[in-house]
This record gives sequence, C-alpha cells and structure tokens, in this order.
Amino acid sequence: MKNVEYRTASSAQGGLIVMRGVPGVAAGTRVALRDASGRLRSGLVIRVSDAAVLVEVFEGTEALDLERTWVRFLDEPFMLPLSRDILGRIFNGAGQPRDGRPPIISRERRNINGEALNPAARAYPREFIQTGISAIDGMNSLTRGQKLPIFSGGGLPHNRVAAQIVRQARLLGEEASDFVVVFAAFGVSSADARYFQESFEDSGVLNRVVMFLNLADEPVIERLLTPRTALTAAEYLAYELDYHVLVVMTDMTAYAEALREVAVLRGDVPARKGYPGYLYSDLAEIYERAGRIRERRGSITMIPVLSMPSDDITHPIPDLTGYITEGQIVLSRELANQGIYPPVAVLPSLSRLMKDGIGKNYTREDHPHVASQLFASYAKALEVRVLAAIIGAEELSEGDRRFLAFADAFERRFIGQGEDEDRSIFETLNLAWDLLSMLPPEQLIRVTEEELARYHKWQPTVEVV
Amino acid sequence: MTGIGPGWTDPQDEDNMGKIVEINGPIVRLELPQTVIGEQVRVGALKLVGEVIGREGDTALAQMYENTEGLRPGEPAEGLGHPLSVELGPGLLNAIFDGVQRPLSAVRAMSGDRIARGIEVHALPRDRRWSFQPAEGLVPGTQLHGGEILGTVQETASIAHRILVPPDVAGELLDLAPAGEYGVADSIARVRLADGSIRKLNLFHRWPVRTPRPFRRRDHAVKPLITGQRILDTFYPLLKGGKAAIPGPFGAGKTMLQQQIARWCNAEIVIYVGCGERGNELTDVLEFMPELKDPHTGRPLMERTLLVANTSNMPVVAREASIYVGITIAEYFRDQGYDVVMVADSTSRWAEALREVAGRLGQMPVEEGYPAYLGSRLAGFYERAGRVETLAGGHGSVTLIGAVSPPGGDFSEPVTSHTKEIIQTFWALSKELADARHYPAVDWVESFSGYVPAAARWWADNVDPGWEAARAAALDLLSASEELARIVNLVGVEALSSEQRWTLEAAGLIKEGVLQQAATDAVDSFASPEKQYLLLKAMLEIHAQGLKLVRLGAPARRLLQLPLLAEARRWKSQHPSDDLAALKARIAEIPAVFERLALDYAEQPTEG
Repeated sequence: MKNVEYRTASSAQGGLIVMRGVPGVAAGTRVALRDASGRLRSGLVIRVSDAAVLVEVFEGTEALDLERTWVRFLDEPFMLPLSRDILGRIFNGAGQPRDGRPPIISRERRNINGEALNPAARAYPREFIQTGISAIDGMNSLTRGQKLPIFSGGGLPHNRVAAQIVRQARLLGEEASDFVVVFAAFGVSSADARYFQESFEDSGVLNRVVMFLNLADEPVIERLLTPRTALTAAEYLAYELDYHVLVVMTDMTAYAEALREVAVLRGDVPARKGYPGYLYSDLAEIYERAGRIRERRGSITMIPVLSMPSDDITHPIPDLTGYITEGQIVLSRELANQGIYPPVAVLPSLSRLMKDGIGKNYTREDHPHVASQLFASYAKALEVRVLAAIIGAEELSEGDRRFLAFADAFERRFIGQGEDEDRSIFETLNLAWDLLSMLPPEQLIRVTEEELARYHKWQPTVEVV
Repeated sequence: MTGIGPGWTDPQDEDNMGKIVEINGPIVRLELPQTVIGEQVRVGALKLVGEVIGREGDTALAQMYENTEGLRPGEPAEGLGHPLSVELGPGLLNAIFDGVQRPLSAVRAMSGDRIARGIEVHALPRDRRWSFQPAEGLVPGTQLHGGEILGTVQETASIAHRILVPPDVAGELLDLAPAGEYGVADSIARVRLADGSIRKLNLFHRWPVRTPRPFRRRDHAVKPLITGQRILDTFYPLLKGGKAAIPGPFGAGKTMLQQQIARWCNAEIVIYVGCGERGNELTDVLEFMPELKDPHTGRPLMERTLLVANTSNMPVVAREASIYVGITIAEYFRDQGYDVVMVADSTSRWAEALREVAGRLGQMPVEEGYPAYLGSRLAGFYERAGRVETLAGGHGSVTLIGAVSPPGGDFSEPVTSHTKEIIQTFWALSKELADARHYPAVDWVESFSGYVPAAARWWADNVDPGWEAARAAALDLLSASEELARIVNLVGVEALSSEQRWTLEAAGLIKEGVLQQAATDAVDSFASPEKQYLLLKAMLEIHAQGLKLVRLGAPARRLLQLPLLAEARRWKSQHPSDDLAALKARIAEIPAVFERLALDYAEQPTEG
C-alpha cells in the first residue's frame, strides 16, 4: 500500500481532502501527496471509513485539483528520527533541519504522539532547579519534572524571561552538567526566533539546546506538530540519554488558536470561545509529557509560555493550562509599566510542587517559611497601598507606613533584577530577610521564633517616611 | 460462570463477531448486528476495548477506552456480552486502577513505563491466596439472599473484607468452603437458584458500573465526617453518607484540600478517583500515603485506600467511566457495612469527557457545548451517595465529595450550578484567599452546609453543647468584619470606633488562629474535634474579654498591643490534638490578661 498512488480525491477544501475507494487505511497514517506541478506535500489521515478517507494536508489545499492529485498512504504515524546529534541543531515543526545542515539519519524513530505515561511509573518531582530569578526561586520555585507555565500578555517581556531562564537554569549539586534544553517556538515572528537564537549563541549555551521553530507565517498544521516533535526529542534525551531536560515552549496561545482553526475546518462542535471541547485533553497530552519516571535518571521539566488574550487569566487557554500545570508564573503589565523586570506578579503566581522541593536538604531550612511570610506581608502591603491611594499616605498609621515602604522595596529590589543578574538561592533568601527586617517581628507570624532570632534585623527606631 | 449483573446473558453463549466500518477519533462505527447498548467490545487487530453507545440498523457506535490510532476499516470487532463491570473482591485495597479498573502496577509489569494498548489483565490478582473464614451458622440448606455475608478475608490489618453473595443471586446454599487459603477465582460456595440451576460463587463477583448496587432502605445520615480541617468540620460540616462539592478555580488549593480529607477523615475506606487530573498529583498520593498513619487506627493509610487514576493525558472515554468504577467499588464496601468516602477529582473533567463524546456524536449542545443530559447524569451520580441499611442487614455509607473546576473560577457555569443544586455541603474555594495564602481557601461567605442541625446534635453529645452557638458567634463576627473591611477600604481604619476595631481584630483572630490551617505543619495538619472547639472558644473568649474592656472605655489601640493576640495565632501549631492540657491552661489564663490591662487602664484614666 505504501507504494501505491491513488488518484481518487472526491473533494478538497480548507486544508482537507476526501479520498474515495481506498480500502483498509489505518487511522492516523501519514500521507504523501503530489499535485499537478509535481510539488510534494504531506498530510495525516484524521477520519476513515470503508467508503472514504479524510486527509488533512499540512501545506493546505491551495492549487490542488481533484483530477491531478496523487496520494500515497505511508502506513505509519508521524515519526521523528532521533540521535544524540540533535543537540545544537535547529528543526522545523515536522522535525526537518532548518539550519542548513543534513537531516538526522537514525534507526531510532518515534511516534511523535507518544504514549500516556503509566501514573504508577511516575516519580514525584522534588529537586530544586535554580533559575537565578528571585521571584521564581524564592517564592514560586521550580522543581525537576514540574510543568510551570509563564502567563504573559502581548508586549510583556515573556520572551526575555524565558531566554533568561534558559541561560541561567541549573541544578544544585553534582548533576549540573547533565542539563540540556529543548526549545520550541511556534507561531512566533522571525524577529523573536532570531532573538532566541542569538541569545543562546551569545551566552554559549547553544550546543546544549535543541530548537524547533515554526514561524507565524508557516503552516498551521505543522504548528500542531511542533510541541509534539519537541517533546518526543525531550523524552529521548531524558529517558534514553539520561539528561535532565528543560523544555521551553512559546507561545501556547498560538498553538491553541491553530487547534481551533483546524477544528473549525473539520466541523468539530465548539465549546468555549469557539475552541473545541477537546482543548483540555489536547493540552494535557502535551503538558503531561513532563515528569520523572521511577528508576530512570533523566527528567523533563517544562516551561510553556502563553500570552493571555486581553490579559484575561480566565480565557480558556490560560484557564485550562492552569488546571493541568503545576502552578503558573504570572507577568504583570502594571509592574512592567513601572520598569520592573522581570515583572512577576507574585500573588497570582504559584508553584504547586514548591513545598516538596525546598527547605532542608534542598535549599535552606527557612525557605518555606520565608516564602510564606513574603506572600503574606506583600499581600497585606498591597491592601495598605490601596488604602493609601484613597486616604493619602500621611493618614496611615506608622505600622501601615512600614508596610507601604516594604511593598516598594520588595518590588524594586526583590522582584526587580537585571536581565543578566543570576542570583543564587542563598542571595535570594538573604535579600528576603533584609526586606522582612523592615517590618516588626510581631507582624511576622509565618516564620518561627528561632528564624526571627537568627535572621531578622529589626530596628524599631528607624524612622519611616 | 461468574455473575455479570442483572439482565445479561453468559458471555460464552454465542460469538458476536463483526468488523470496523469507520474510525473518528475515539468513536468507532462497527458492523455488529446482535450487540446491545452498553456492551463491551474488542476492536481491531490490537483488540482495543470500548463500549457500545448506539445502534443504527446493523451498525453500532462504540466509544473506545484506548487511542484508536492505527485501526483500519475491515478489521474484526467482537461483542463481549457484558457491560462495563468491575471485579469486586479481596485485592482492591492498596491498589491503583485506571479508569476501567486495570491495575496499573500489573500493567506496568507487562508493558513498561507507558501504557500499551489492548492489554488484557485481571483487576484482581489471580495468583494471590487469601485466608477465608466462612460465616458462622451457614449450613447447607440455608436460604441465601443477595448481599448476604458468606465469610471474611482479613485483607489488610485494619480491614476485614466481607465476602458477599452477589446482589442478584438468591437460593439454597448447597455447600460452603471450609476456612482456608483461596484465590479470588476459586469457588467457595454453590447455590441452587430458583430455576433449579446451580451457581458457583467465588471470592469475587462482577457488577456493572452504571447500575447502582441495591440496598434495603436509605437511612438518615447522623454522624459528621470528621476531616480534622477546622473550616470544614466546625463551620461547614458534612455527614457520613452526605454529598459535598469543592468548587474552585485553579490554584485555589482544591487538590490539597481533597488530599487532606483523604488523609485524615474518619471513614473506614477511602476511594480517591483522579479523573482527568495531573499525573504528578497521583504520584504524590502514591508516595506520601504509604508513609502516613491513619490517625484513627494508627495503621498505614494505604490499608484503607484505593485509587482510580485516569490522568488528563489518558484516553477521554475511560475518564468518563472512571467515576462509575469508583462509585461502584464504594458501594461494594458500603454493602459490607463500612463507611466509605469517595473523593472525585474532578467532576468537571468527567463532564468535559461527556461533552467531548457528545460533540463527536454530533449531539445538540445546550450550555457551553455540554449535552442536555449533563444535569441528570450529575444528579444520578450523586444520588449513589447515602447511608443505607444493607442487604446483609448492617449499616454502611458512601460519602461523595466531588471537586469542581469551574472555567475561570466562574461558579455560574453549568457543571458548578447543576452540582450546587444537588449537593448539601458546598465548600467554595476562593482565588482571593488563595492569593493571600490563606489556606484552606474555603470562602466562609460562599460556602454552605445543609447538615448543621444534624451535626450540632453530634457535637453537643460528643464535644460540647456550646458548639452550635460558638459556630454562629464566629460566623457573625466574620460577617460583621466583612462590612467593616469595606468601610476601612473607603476611609481607613482610624474612622472605626474602638468596638468596631476590636471586632475586626477578633475576626482576624478567627481567620488566622482557627480557619487557616497548614497542611504541611505536622501539628496543625489535623485538629481533633475537641481541639477545634477549644481554639474557637479561645478566640471568642479573647473577643468577649476585650469587648468588656472596650465597653468600659478602653481604647482598642491598647488592646491591639497585647502579645496575647500574636501568641493565640500560633496555638494551633503548638498544641497537638492528643495533648491539649497546655492549651486549656492558656485559655484559662485569658481573663487574667485582660484583668491586668483593666488595672493598668484604671491607673491611667487620662489615656484614650
């Protein structure tokens, strides 16, 4: 069947063609298609009956006719060839080289859809990953095997934050050198793609990065493949070659929009905002490929980046993502407008797995309490700031004025840091104590009395202005 | 043969073979003339398992529990002659099953880290031997009825597994096996049925998951389910046999709260259904549960726990089934006379699975794409909760706790709003509280419980007659403080009178000293009913004592400087539930603290 060309297309429109009279085609098979001009296209069988086969054409149905279209069914799902040589390479969403170097030739080929991991085979993510960014390390720590997305908005510096994480992320301890990055960008502009490439080149990390790029003007269906090819590569690196893999994917909103576009063509029933009812399951198939497996050395940690349409966190894409991922790092337009970089809104941000990856044996004993205290104090400080906006700062009590000063210092010095500033977790925690020392000890009930005695440098006589 | 439930013929009776006609995602159209809706099918060269959901002429529509990639039209399909059913017998506890009751550890042994398709594996291990003790007084000739106890197997140190006559079987006992070691598939009894045929009974039987197991009658639920979580037990109680929902946007701590309930509640059996949720969360449960002890029996928690896991990346149709697999197993333990808690995380994912399949079938969507039968399916599911008199004559209960994941945290969406009409206890999680790291982030304004009067009787009999009044007083303070907080937000705290400021402080004491509870803190994670009551009383006592002073003219400013206020907020994590003497002593000292202040104040009459 692989070598037979069929010329039985009965209809073609909107990226889909229907083939008649082809017996025994397997669901999900890859397809090679040749048009009148001899141009080759590829596609995937998405629905099949004994009478008709529905094929999705990656490059679209533009310039196809029914009479001069020849189709071969390749009788296998979409496979990605893999070897150690993928490190340092750049591919398109279908896994073909886009760096001008030869394609990967290997007997190791994998179905890019992967197979669901048996929950009984998973190991729980525990070890701390240092990103060098205080707002993340200190208050929303990333652990090995976690999926922690960045929720951003149009015009916010999520790409710079993602690039900074890729440059700085490291494991504490002896396994530091086993760390590689799989970077997938889909639906991004060519300027953004170039920014990432140059950023990795300049910092010398490019040889431990695999890049998968699908630009904004490239085929939409290939966009749906890109995270899957990237994750197939990541799984190979993690579970065959024992690497700890950090997967950064941007922008998941472009992915979901591509999914919606294709769903509408297929005639799927829309659920919320025109997205198909299976958006959750589809996103989960991608995100759930992060993790660790028992008795395997490698791991996959995932940082998907998505821009929230109209900064709306309840939009289906961030909403469904938040239900699948283990927390989220939210970027704030307000902080960005004040010139604070990285503009991490710490209160709506969360790392669910943080509690098991920090503290004694992982970072420092006081870390959980310090993080909790920073959250509580900053939340209180923001309430005070709202009050100050109404009644004026001079009307505030002295205690409240201390909180006001704390909020400003916290945003400027703790959240804010340089794009090349790589803070160790200990620097982050010491900085946190410096800031907490602006507040009186009786306001700090999330930390223990011993920790207060050891780290807190309260100076009640300091005048607050 | 083994029972397969009412109305179903023996699977070996006839071969029902056909072939695949069409494949559309998880929906497959088969040419299978004899099939019955609900029947299990095996499809294709890979022998994938699915369920018939519709008939049209000689063709049948089936939804597949496994990914259909690679299936071809023309490949064979086989009707298995029985509906989706579960195996009920020793070996359930301490296990982790997928959405159609395949044991995931055994699957891993067969197919490695990933779940291969078409795997055939028994839910209950066939090679394991169990020590069976026949029930006394069951002699040949006894008339047996469905649900009667044939004997017991001590499955774990804390749970005696009672072997039941299948509910649809009744007749004369011909013989019963003596005490000894048996496998689940061994015959332990023979029964002559009404039609004269002889039926062998095993240590296990099957039951179709979409048919509720029968019982004699429903009982009133009378005892609260104690979870050790103060905001739940003290403020919004749930009864054993009750129905509760935990709605909350992502990040509000839904999973954490459910895990706390699974850890600490005083049920005898806990069934945790991870329906369309995160793989790592199940791993967390699997890794931490074995290390934990049941606070009520001191035995490892896993001995009373079983997990049903269909994570979000596993096939969507099996996700829809997983809830029914869980509730059927829960009913089975109920029928043995146990109090069972089933936690379903999350019913929204189950509803979305319904929606996804309905969409593939081209059914008319009503609200947000959900099919019109969403409400009735949800109600039918929750109706399987309850405290009952079992067929064996004992009492058992199934308490259902369903998590709801409303899109965007919007409680008016279909799944939340339908659920809200069905359940009695509503533990609403709030994003605002969670953002302020107030955990558990159960919102005391949005939440409700219809079980307060019944719970009050239990608290009065077992803890303190003052419980209901104390609960009401605390809720009054909280609601008064909401009002005051709005004023403060407008004009600042200085605009409040001393009494109002003191009310605000007392509400803060209740929030931080009682409602907030740290799951990760060894002492605070669980609070006994007595400790819950003591803490609440302590905060109310502080409020009352202070109020007296304020009304005498003392300024709230002075009271707010009392170190007692910060100390009382730490008591919850300083005094473990099993040693409350020191806490009682500190509470007894409260009046003295205020008396000293009253003296101070009397000496400085100019202040204020």
